[in-house]
Amino acid sequence: MAVTSEHIRQKLVHELAAVHVEVEDTSPNRCAASFKVVVVSSQFEGKPLLQRHRMVNSCLSEEMKHIHAFEQKTLTPQQWEQHKPSQ
Amino acid sequence: MNSLIRHSARCLRSVVFVAKPANVAVPGRLLCEAADTQKDLGEMVKKDKVVVFMKGTPAQPMCGFSNAVVQILRMHGVDNYAAYNVLEDQELRQGVKLFSNWPTIPQVYFNGEFVGGCDILLQMHQNGDLVDELKKLGIHSALLDSEKESK
Repeated sequence: MAVTSEHIRQKLVHELAAVHVEVEDTSPNRCAASFKVVVVSSQFEGKPLLQRHRMVNSCLSEEMKHIHAFEQKTLTPQQWEQHKPSQ
Repeated sequence: MNSLIRHSARCLRSVVFVAKPANVAVPGRLLCEAADTQKDLGEMVKKDKVVVFMKGTPAQPMCGFSNAVVQILRMHGVDNYAAYNVLEDQELRQGVKLFSNWPTIPQVYFNGEFVGGCDILLQMHQNGDLVDELKKLGIHSALLDSEKESK
């Protein structure tokens, strides 16, 4: 099974009600082995970082079996607003 | 080597009491080793204040994410920590993922408690939480001293 960026994006939008998702395939030849994601969801509000990352990990637990490396940033919509202008 | 002997001894002991089911898909020995790894991990993470499961060693990390964890700890002057190289032990590599319920390596523990992987440690370093968490362990971050010097 090949994991695609779009598949990851849709799953995060669907299961974590993410209002914004960025998925970057960071594998050297874009072979879908490593990904970097930014997830913005109000479900993260009031939750510590570890818990937010665990939410993303469990949402993608099936995909994780095929992914070699995974980086993530988990933000609330408010944090995303503050984070965005620097982009 | 000692741990290997301990492993086998413990396995033999427990196997004696297990009635042999017909058609076991997983050999009893494997199940037993997995259970032992989980028990050992419970002790390993508590034995030292700071414990890192990584690919390679602090002197020679074999992965960029493991290297990042080593560098962050070094910046804070944390040199005295237990590092376990998962590349040397497949059982540990899989076992620690199950133990922490965390899919990736590296993994960091403070005082027996799971802190997170590379992303989390990096963010804690950036937002200052790491200095506070180290203080709770009785470790004075070297970054506090270098800040004073630069003032």
